[in-house]
Amino acid sequence: MKTSTFTPLAPQFRPDDLCPPTRRAFLQRLGAGLMIWVALDPLYAAEKGKGAATKKGGRPPVPTDFNAFLSIGADGQVTGFTGKIEMGQGPITSLPQMLADELDVPLDRVAIVMGDTELCPYDQGTWGSLTTRSFGPLWRAAAAEARGVLLELGAEFLKVPVAQLITRDGLVIDSTDAARSVAYGTLTRGKRIERHLSVKPDLKKPAQFKIVGQPLLRRDSREKVTGQARYSGDIRLPGMLYARVLRPPAHGASLRQADLTAARALPGVVVVEQSDLVAVLHELPDAAEAALEKVRADYAPSPSPLDDRNLRDHLAKIEIAPRIGAHAGDLARGKTLTGRRLDDSYYNAYVAHAAMETHTALANVEGKKATVWASTQNPFGARDEIARALDLPVPSVRVITPFVGGGFGGKSFNLQAVEAARLSQATGRPVQVMWTREEEFFNDTFRPAAVVNIQAGLDAGQRLVLWDYEVRFAGARGSDLLYDVPHHQISSVGDASGAPSAHPFRTGAWRAPGCNTNAFARESHVSRLAELAGADPIEFRLRHLTTNPRAHRVLSEAARIWGWQPAVGRSGRGLGVAIGLDTNTYVATIAEVAVDQGTGRVTVKRVLCVQEMGLVINPQGAKIQMEGCITMGLGYALTEEIRFKAGALADTNFDTYALPRFSWLPKIETVILDAEDSPPQGGGEPAIIVMGGVLANAVYDACGARLRELPMTPARVKQALAAG
Amino acid sequence: MQKTVSFRLNGKPVQIQAESQRSLLWVLRTDLALTGPKYGCGISECGACTVLIDGRAVRSCTTGIGAVEGKEVMTIEGLARNGELHPLQKAFMAHDALQCGFCTPGMILTAHSFLRTHPEPTRAEVIAGMDQNLCRCGAHVRIVEAILEAAAALKGGAAR
Repeated sequence: MKTSTFTPLAPQFRPDDLCPPTRRAFLQRLGAGLMIWVALDPLYAAEKGKGAATKKGGRPPVPTDFNAFLSIGADGQVTGFTGKIEMGQGPITSLPQMLADELDVPLDRVAIVMGDTELCPYDQGTWGSLTTRSFGPLWRAAAAEARGVLLELGAEFLKVPVAQLITRDGLVIDSTDAARSVAYGTLTRGKRIERHLSVKPDLKKPAQFKIVGQPLLRRDSREKVTGQARYSGDIRLPGMLYARVLRPPAHGASLRQADLTAARALPGVVVVEQSDLVAVLHELPDAAEAALEKVRADYAPSPSPLDDRNLRDHLAKIEIAPRIGAHAGDLARGKTLTGRRLDDSYYNAYVAHAAMETHTALANVEGKKATVWASTQNPFGARDEIARALDLPVPSVRVITPFVGGGFGGKSFNLQAVEAARLSQATGRPVQVMWTREEEFFNDTFRPAAVVNIQAGLDAGQRLVLWDYEVRFAGARGSDLLYDVPHHQISSVGDASGAPSAHPFRTGAWRAPGCNTNAFARESHVSRLAELAGADPIEFRLRHLTTNPRAHRVLSEAARIWGWQPAVGRSGRGLGVAIGLDTNTYVATIAEVAVDQGTGRVTVKRVLCVQEMGLVINPQGAKIQMEGCITMGLGYALTEEIRFKAGALADTNFDTYALPRFSWLPKIETVILDAEDSPPQGGGEPAIIVMGGVLANAVYDACGARLRELPMTPARVKQALAAG
Repeated sequence: MQKTVSFRLNGKPVQIQAESQRSLLWVLRTDLALTGPKYGCGISECGACTVLIDGRAVRSCTTGIGAVEGKEVMTIEGLARNGELHPLQKAFMAHDALQCGFCTPGMILTAHSFLRTHPEPTRAEVIAGMDQNLCRCGAHVRIVEAILEAAAALKGGAAR
């Protein structure tokens, strides 16, 4: 397939390792070797501090003076250690790429250990497209320093000055006599050295990269196509029990009493009954399920008056002071300059993460030591939560992260790991908790339903002069205006977690939190303003992007590649455009749809996404993330929503909650613009953020129905058509 | 009621004592330690639990163990022979037709069953044939490419 090459996982990576060693034993198994200790980088500290402040309610960062990122065994094998996890986005390939290049070793000599709290340095979590752009420089710096130390050791070994040495393929080589060389493994054999370089070496420049920038196939695919890849639910321990936890029928419903007599009477059933955790356990998962069905529980109903029909008004009315973000000029002045005004509000429903793997954990609590295999995006966060729940010191808890079957933000919430740990502690046996799909929906931290209000105006010259923007309960991320508007203000009410009174259930981060809501509202509104201004939607945008060269570039490239023919107002062609910014990556997307006006059904025919993301580590992986984002984005744009009433969900499985399918596939084109001289930026999220906006604009262009609400179900499309 | 069920599993004879209404998925995953079939929904909606019964793709989450008496069951673990990957497995790797990988065993076995009845499929036929399997990561476009390539490889003599 094209130029992509496949490098298998290096041998130390054993996803099915059931008796995980301590870090010390692990390193002994790798062979005596060089340990490279790297001082905590200020950037990384900032990342952790930021994460701690925003994700953990102001908890201070864990103080760490030093972190170990890699070791080089006596056989020259390199093992990298990262708290990041692999849930599909591909760091299992891109992180070793970076390490191999910086260290001058072949990629197949680099193994990686991910998400093990005992083996890996602290990490705040795998989210926010931070792996490459924020963790990456630190990870590369560790490798660069290791290479520097190896050069020093090589100089002593070969008795030549460091300046005379080069490194290549895991060797330190005398540049004046290539026959004189020494392998990294030889230099590290029998030694355990803690050494710093007094002057930190520079990271390699893009022109020096041999492995970074190459399109590489996933390294974990062989395990995944043969069924050998182990996920949390695939780990087995002797004597383990499978647990099913009693759940209320609705959020806000409170348990009056549970009668467990019948469940208890079943052979082999173990019951755990605590004030806030009732579970039945058995050596067979289906027997535990059958036992749960015998539990008779009585609940006081949820007092919540909210349902999916009245929620929009509720969210629009909650009185909380907005936080003012970006602002410029004077809104009053903007209003006086305005010739034509366009004010409107936009809304989107709750959306589920719906990763194919439900939240799963296996916990083994033995006395004062807990080992937990968990499908989690933040193993260190899970470790801390488990330690609190079990009243154990943090170092007594070890969280190991096998392959994670999709996360999208949902697996930063670790309730299942805490449940498994508590049940293991209570029963004295290893316990697996694997949520059913219904539990997964019930416990999900949905993407919040949210409202956006926009007041905007054009002056006599058809230029945007006013932009007063308020997002309610999606969060400010992605609310950047992007366009040149002299008088503007961006404000945000609540955040992705809502406010105590906002939502009837938990909400949280969903792939590019906030951005999908904000881009839908902004890009819908801008296309409507273009029509009001009598301009083509791309020309109108470009005219307002003169001070935003990166946005201007992605959009003009998209127009060129698409073969865009300008048109004013509704063209009937079914074309839409939208741009967005997330994790410092710019995207411009153009889409073509067809709308069946009889049924209201939208068919997406073609999607082009042009992305500028700085230096690209793995172009193959980056394009795959764009394809995934586009495909996943069809769902929240067209069908996905959680319907509910009084805390009870109407959609709890894939029979009514409609995910994108093969038959929805448009023709997808992805283009990454060359920008290798700027640092790498996010890649796992940006391409999804424009999908709501671009499809809403395309639907309007096709049939004149302007959808101000997502998802654009056939019923809503017909309603908008009828409203004219 | 406990019952002895005899069948062939990945080419080897198996006898198991089980309640006959127990689901094939949990018997495979727990009693028989084959974790390739995944639980995704429990109601035959997602396809992650797909196995082959006498060559036909079946959702193991809603299939009773009693139904496989005398049958040939294959899970993803049984697809490669003597370490040699099946053309579908190779094509999924060559096209990066997976991300998190959780739906992958079901995708490959569904495709395997589909190609038996559609040896020379068009793209539209592949899409229709795979439409009942869900993938949340959005690997669809590459899965289609991989299946088309595997079909060509199987036709070209790589068939077994």
